[in-house]
Amino acid sequence: MTTNKLVERHTITALVQDKPGVLNRVTSMFRRRGFNISSLAVGHSEIPHLSRMTFVVEGGDQILDQVTKHLHKLIDVIKVTDVSSENAVARELALIRVKTSTQTRSEIMQIVNLFRANIIDVAPDTLIVEVVGDENKIEALQNLLERFGIQEIMRTGTIAMRRGMGPDNTSDNSRPKQTPVVYETGSV
Amino acid sequence: MKMNGGQMVCASLIEEGVDVIFGLPGGAILPLYQTLPEFPELRHILVRHEQGAAHAADGYARVTGRPGVAWATSGPGATNLVTGIATAQMDSVPIVVITGQVGRAALGSDAFQECDITGITLPITKHNYLVMTAEEIPRVIKEAFHIANTGRPGPVLVDIPKDVFTEIANYKYPESIDLPGYKPTLKPHSGQIKRATQMIEEAERPVILAGHGVILSKAYEELMELAEKAQIPVITTLLGVSSFPADHILYSGWPGMHGMAYSSLALEEADLIIALGCRFDDRITGDTRTFARKSRKIHIDIDPSEIGKNVKVDVPIVGDLKNVLSVLNKGVSEKSNVDWINRISVLRNEHPLTNADQSEGLEMRYIIQEISEETNGNAVIVTGVGQHQMWAAQYYTFNQLCSLVSSCGSGAMGYEVPGALGAQVGRPDSVVWSIAGDGGFQMTMVELATLVENKIPVKFAIMNNNCLGMVRQWQDFFYDHDHVATLYSGNPDFVKLAESFGMMGIRVTDKTQVRAAIEKAMRHDGPVLVDFIVQQDDNVYPMIPAGTSIDNLIEEPSLEGVNL
Repeated sequence: MTTNKLVERHTITALVQDKPGVLNRVTSMFRRRGFNISSLAVGHSEIPHLSRMTFVVEGGDQILDQVTKHLHKLIDVIKVTDVSSENAVARELALIRVKTSTQTRSEIMQIVNLFRANIIDVAPDTLIVEVVGDENKIEALQNLLERFGIQEIMRTGTIAMRRGMGPDNTSDNSRPKQTPVVYETGSV
Repeated sequence: MKMNGGQMVCASLIEEGVDVIFGLPGGAILPLYQTLPEFPELRHILVRHEQGAAHAADGYARVTGRPGVAWATSGPGATNLVTGIATAQMDSVPIVVITGQVGRAALGSDAFQECDITGITLPITKHNYLVMTAEEIPRVIKEAFHIANTGRPGPVLVDIPKDVFTEIANYKYPESIDLPGYKPTLKPHSGQIKRATQMIEEAERPVILAGHGVILSKAYEELMELAEKAQIPVITTLLGVSSFPADHILYSGWPGMHGMAYSSLALEEADLIIALGCRFDDRITGDTRTFARKSRKIHIDIDPSEIGKNVKVDVPIVGDLKNVLSVLNKGVSEKSNVDWINRISVLRNEHPLTNADQSEGLEMRYIIQEISEETNGNAVIVTGVGQHQMWAAQYYTFNQLCSLVSSCGSGAMGYEVPGALGAQVGRPDSVVWSIAGDGGFQMTMVELATLVENKIPVKFAIMNNNCLGMVRQWQDFFYDHDHVATLYSGNPDFVKLAESFGMMGIRVTDKTQVRAAIEKAMRHDGPVLVDFIVQQDDNVYPMIPAGTSIDNLIEEPSLEGVNL
């Protein structure tokens, strides 16, 4: 699950028509062109009939450039924004089902508190932990809980938003060059 | 006004200026067909196979610049269109395809003749629609034509369930279009224009690489002005052939895998490539790491995703070519580039296309050269895919603009029959010659019936070498002459075949009969098939093997040591 190599990643959001088949068009384009998505999240936007998708795409600047342009080319995609820069916040939600016993329960609760995560379900021999954060935080918690025995993990995929009133980095053909953001996955 | 869905489709097509539809009926599209007699403005040409309808619409669109229309029924009718749709997509040809679909209640139930044609065509259309109410039809048809024929053109498919054709709703053709996600950039960025102008000014060995975009944007005059004003030699891509007159002094051929050696060498020696509406296809670049390393590149295209896709570009300009060039031309100053133009002449003399008349036997290129002379380079040439296609592009002198109609990106054999049908319908006053391979011809020859039925006078020159020539050539070059499954032993008698369809057939087996046969075919009013029995073992030269560089150029063996 966790990799230790450096993967260059970019987070982009797309405002799309909320119509049947749009997700299919987008994923079909990614598949056909061989772009790798490491996460994808979709939900309604603030505008009626429009949804917003957040993609985390693996690859360097050239890939990002092509992904952005090919997304734009889809008729149902209205706006594409690069939110990879430090000027953005990115969050993901995960549910983790962990094995517990009377011996381990308090230790798990301590870890959960440290991560400002929540326990949302308690059963005799398992707990469900809910954690919100960026990818690194979720993977860090996951690594710590690993030794108790993780039974199941559900992750929503990253969603991201630009901070404050920062300049909108909506893609067009004069898009300024971005410094690539390098995430070190798997580090705690 | 109240109308049923079928009537709405026809009324909307008339609003879009459609005058001809290529199609074949079936259960799901029948309600649409039954409304056709109410709309005499729409000429329907009944094809024999739906692939023919899609290719014919494509051929029509290429020669007229207006979207071609094809329609077919659900299931197999729709899937038979797929090759034609993919062909239009690869070559950016505007076609609008309408398919019948099973009734709304049956959708998703694996009903008889149901297939998910919008799903199937998702990656091979510019956009597609599944229309779920009759009310939507006018808007969808308007959007379909707009999307197909603006920006970078391409195919749009509209899938309509059977009961939507019979549903009655209010018909009003919309005046405007609301597509917030589709706004092609038409006007160029002024800063980039300045940089491009500067580069053209500085260049000592500039070439223009003119692609299909010149034809699609009808930027012929602007291209001519740029070339003549700054004295820049014009090389075209294969799809760009006939975007610039072949008899012009600045015309410098077409490069690539089977292009003219001197054109490939000129690209290699150039210090500036001005790429106009082209996509740096692998058949031109070979290995992109070694392609034209000495040159800076200006890439003008309406599709931003083409820029930087295959090769690195120094100045990208997004916009409609006609607009961009008219702006660019204002800033470009007059130059002479005499040394460079002389250098290209030297390359041309040292690496010419070889004489088409050097063999005793009957060669394809000789026939093509004779057709070129007989038509003064003014015919519309439609080809299939393979050796004959390469020789047609090499040896026909395209003096008329927009006169090569060929499946270049997709490389769809069989295009030559329905493609020619569509081209002749689009240009009824032109002479249309279909240069056909015996392989491709047999894929779609059923459309001869359509030609005869509709008195469409296409002249076919079958380059009959009794084999799949280009595949056989690859076997010769790369598989030790091991001719697996490429030689035919049971071709039909094409002359008798033509006669059975009710058209004139002529057989030519000897060089001396070629000219007379061409003349006879052209004198005849209706469609004619000339079966040219040509040598089987001819190979197309020059050749740059796939994925390699100009260093691997193979020129005609008989000339090796003389000109290399």
